[in-house]
Amino acid sequence: MTKFAIGQTVHRLEDPTLLQGQGCYTDDLRPQGAGHAFVLRSPHAHAIIRGIDTRAAQAAPGVIAVLTGKDAKADDLGYLPCIVPVKNHDGTPRGDTPRPVLAFDRVRHVGDPVALVVAATYHAARDAAELIDVDYEPLPAVADVFAAAQPGAPQVWPGISNNIVADLHMGSKDATDAAFARAAHVVKIELIQNRLVANPMEPRAAFAEYDPATDRSTLHTSSQSVAMLRAHIGDIVLKIGDKLRVRSGNVGGAFGMKAMQHPEQPMIVWASRRLKRAVRWTSDRSEGFLTDVQGRDHKVFAELALDRGGRFLAVRATVYAGMGAYLSQFAPMIPQSVHSMMPSVYAFEAAHLHLIEVTTNTVPVDAYRGAGRPEGIYVTERLIDIAARQLGIAPDELRRRNFIKLSQLPYKTAAGLVYDSGDFEGLQAKALKEADWDGFPARRAASESRGKLRGIGLTMYVERCGGAAPPDSVAIKVNRDRVTVLPGTVDNGQGHTTVLKQMVSEYLGVDMEKIDVSQGDSDANPFGLTGGSRFAVVTGTAASIASNEVIDKGMEQAAKMLEAAAADIEYRDGDYKVKGTDRRTTLFDVAGAAGGLEALHIKNTGALTFPNGCHIAEVEIDPQTGVTTIERYTIVDDFGRALNPMLLLGQVHGGTVQGIGQALFEHAVYDNDSAQLLTGSFMDYAMPRADDVPSFNTSFHHTPCVTNPLGVKGAGEAGSVGAPPAIINAIVDVLYAKKGITHIDMPATREKVWRALNS
Amino acid sequence: MYAFKYQRARTLADAAAVLGKDGDAKVLAGGQSLVAAMKLRLAQPSALVDLGGIGELQQIKVEGGAVTIGAMTTHAAVAASAEVKKAIPALAALAGGIGDRQVRNVGTIGGSIANNDPAADYPAGCLGLGATIATNKRKISSDTFFKGLYETALETGEIITTVSFQVPRRAAYIKFKNQASRFAIVGVFVADFGPSVRVAVTGAGPGVFRIAEMEKALAAKFAPDAVAGISVPAEGLNSDLHAQADYRAHLITVLSRRAVEAALG
Ligand SMILES: Cc1cc2nc3c(=O)[nH]c(=O)nc-3n(C[C@H](O)[C@H](O)[C@H](O)COP(=O)(O)OP(=O)(O)OC[C@H]3O[C@@H](n4cnc5c(N)ncnc54)[C@H](O)[C@@H]3O)c2cc1C
Repeated sequence: MTKFAIGQTVHRLEDPTLLQGQGCYTDDLRPQGAGHAFVLRSPHAHAIIRGIDTRAAQAAPGVIAVLTGKDAKADDLGYLPCIVPVKNHDGTPRGDTPRPVLAFDRVRHVGDPVALVVAATYHAARDAAELIDVDYEPLPAVADVFAAAQPGAPQVWPGISNNIVADLHMGSKDATDAAFARAAHVVKIELIQNRLVANPMEPRAAFAEYDPATDRSTLHTSSQSVAMLRAHIGDIVLKIGDKLRVRSGNVGGAFGMKAMQHPEQPMIVWASRRLKRAVRWTSDRSEGFLTDVQGRDHKVFAELALDRGGRFLAVRATVYAGMGAYLSQFAPMIPQSVHSMMPSVYAFEAAHLHLIEVTTNTVPVDAYRGAGRPEGIYVTERLIDIAARQLGIAPDELRRRNFIKLSQLPYKTAAGLVYDSGDFEGLQAKALKEADWDGFPARRAASESRGKLRGIGLTMYVERCGGAAPPDSVAIKVNRDRVTVLPGTVDNGQGHTTVLKQMVSEYLGVDMEKIDVSQGDSDANPFGLTGGSRFAVVTGTAASIASNEVIDKGMEQAAKMLEAAAADIEYRDGDYKVKGTDRRTTLFDVAGAAGGLEALHIKNTGALTFPNGCHIAEVEIDPQTGVTTIERYTIVDDFGRALNPMLLLGQVHGGTVQGIGQALFEHAVYDNDSAQLLTGSFMDYAMPRADDVPSFNTSFHHTPCVTNPLGVKGAGEAGSVGAPPAIINAIVDVLYAKKGITHIDMPATREKVWRALNS
Repeated sequence: MYAFKYQRARTLADAAAVLGKDGDAKVLAGGQSLVAAMKLRLAQPSALVDLGGIGELQQIKVEGGAVTIGAMTTHAAVAASAEVKKAIPALAALAGGIGDRQVRNVGTIGGSIANNDPAADYPAGCLGLGATIATNKRKISSDTFFKGLYETALETGEIITTVSFQVPRRAAYIKFKNQASRFAIVGVFVADFGPSVRVAVTGAGPGVFRIAEMEKALAAKFAPDAVAGISVPAEGLNSDLHAQADYRAHLITVLSRRAVEAALG
């Protein structure tokens, strides 16, 4: 055993570099002579472009080029792909929303790119952009997802009636309706999933270099997947195939938003190829608000059916899911997870989702911060809380009656997922104890004696991680003195390098100090995607298999060196040994003699994992102002197994704070008439801050995952799934006690809470 | 940001001379409002005259029942000043509650009141403490200095040199922060000067204002209940994404009561 094996707390190896400002982000690449790009964007949410006059801009000082959608069309650029096929319930395919690199004849959201200016400096480019005269004919616009789907609403796309781009049913409608028909109790809820902006610390950026000798372009960009970007941008948009290489250096946060291509990436490569010079672009914060794909934006009508004894029979929902102006890469798939997550950790008979996907004149929405799982769990956990109150059953007891039991595993849920592991009842019991659930009435009384209202909110959560698409690859190369690990994923701040070194150190029995991790180059790291909390599960498994392949590949050479038959050699702790003797040689010596050992494993298991847990929030509300403070917060998670407990807690904390952000603060608000984003800066878009959250009481109740050899389940998004229902359930605990109110929409701002208490 | 000229003034007279010659030149203090507006291309001064090199603008003095603070004194310096903390602890606390650490380390009192953001804190402190604003040309009472939304009594090219605050018997400032920007949704400054009391409100309206009815009630009896029943009409108050007018009106009463409580310790 090496001292930093799997399961140990190893401090992040990335930190000294990053904390001392020694990291290398895309914007740090500033070679002499690179052209600086500025993107002119639409100020209108919806307009016809009647003409663009770029003459004055072309003539402005320092300008190298001014490009518009016309040039893109002339160069036959493809559209940005949405890779998710969806079939409507009537069998027809979903609507299409071809998204050009630069708007051609129409703009469909504020921020839609209209022209690209490349100049000697950023300021010259921006100054010149102000000289571009775009002749817009403004059209009526629509921002609200529910309003957009009603007859008579402004039409975002001519061929898509009522803006409904897809209309489908998931699960069994008949079985669900039958269960509702015989239900003793039905509870209902109408809610929104507030639209969110990712706001990573490092904004999006693209820097393209061009090599005339090979006619190849290299796109440096802050991303979650160099392989996928290479394929989509190289093959589909620019149609240059392998003449594109994509690289990502350090990435300062993403949480899904940097997984998919955005128009500026192909735009910058295209400009660089036309100009045969390097071109760089970095989003500023205002641009980020107007162009980074956003999250959520659902209007939901949901119902829960229970029998006389409080047993859950079925859950159903109608979800209007906002897609924004264009279907982004994964967008239509994300709200489908509402269906798979709705049964949560409970033994439902049936679940049914009617999903209506709607385009609006807003920034496109895509996979972000839990990507569909928070949306599904929130619906069910809110319904359960309402049911508990209306039936007069304690919320923990109602959940206990309905948990999928250990003895039922593996269990196929009403949505068709097969849970392999998870002790939901035991986990909840542990959380109740950790939270001192029974001591709540005394704490509530103490708060009331100080004029404050106290509420407690419980939620269970489960999410679906791992899985098949896209495959992840890990290559391992060993030479005479070092091991290099090449994952297909890109670290966005999670600490992948640290954990990969821990894993490979254990697999190969080699010290971490002798292992390098090299990531983020589509030439060297061919498959993979950071996303869906799947790194530990998929990359971890691939690394284990690739390690074993490397060891096997060295057997022959080791046998030669040890003058023994290969069958008599065993590998242990970094050495090949002749069984039963002390004759041995090291992996490095064998690799040196063999001229290097290497293996590439492409992992595509298809096996899903189901991290799960319980969040219990305790809040105090000041009835005079509506201010909600989080007084206690308990989290118990089942991640199967901890690879590095410290990094794991970091993931839990980060996800939970972002979930609290959604519950209490964050909201991308658009003006209903103009579809202008009203919360387009940090002056108006509230982010959660350190002083908004208490110290979390975290613990684990792991049950190993049985569908992967590591036993891990994934953890990155967990907190963002658990926190919203826990916080809202806690606030509603107060509102129900005082006012009989059963729901408050997110974000539960101070004013909203104050109004609810004074209604 | 558009191109501009930059000049670091050595003396007040130097600065005034540049401003006198160029009507589009602007004074640069901490740059926390001005540079941000320039970056967004919302402001386009031809030149910036940096006051950072003029030492006399950075002094804090307490004498004759008044605290006098140089225009270029940073929020952090006021918050940390032992003299201010002793004479008017509410003022030090106000400065310590502005923005974040980075903003407090460069943002200045002169810049803040010259800017007169309707949600800024210092205007409430100035009006609540009956401050006198001195410029290179004259002295202006805080009662006439603040003219509503980003407007002040300053004339083009006029430079604030000091702000003098009366030392009250007791005072407190309570700020209800915007959760996004951390500026004031409503901020109430209450100061008890013995016979008279001043109550100044920021954030709630288009500019900082006083509430005569509360001042009268508190002059009669400086106690929380004196204001608890006084409500302010919602008409004319700001109504936006962050707080509608009736909520702001309600908060004024709540915060006033809390400010009196805090002033009483
Ligand atoms: C993130 C952030 C958060 C903030 N939060 C708060 C908050 O919570 N509360 C709050 O009150 N403020 C807040 N501010 C504003 C901050 O207090 C600034 O310091 C202040 O508004 C301007 O001061 P400055 O010294 O930076 O002035 P500058 O930005 O340099 O100048 C502002 C204006 O005043 C003029 N000016 C400056 N000095 C003088 C002078 N001596 N005479 C005449 N004119 C002058 C300038 O020409 C300019 O027009 C925040 C700012 C930021 C960036």
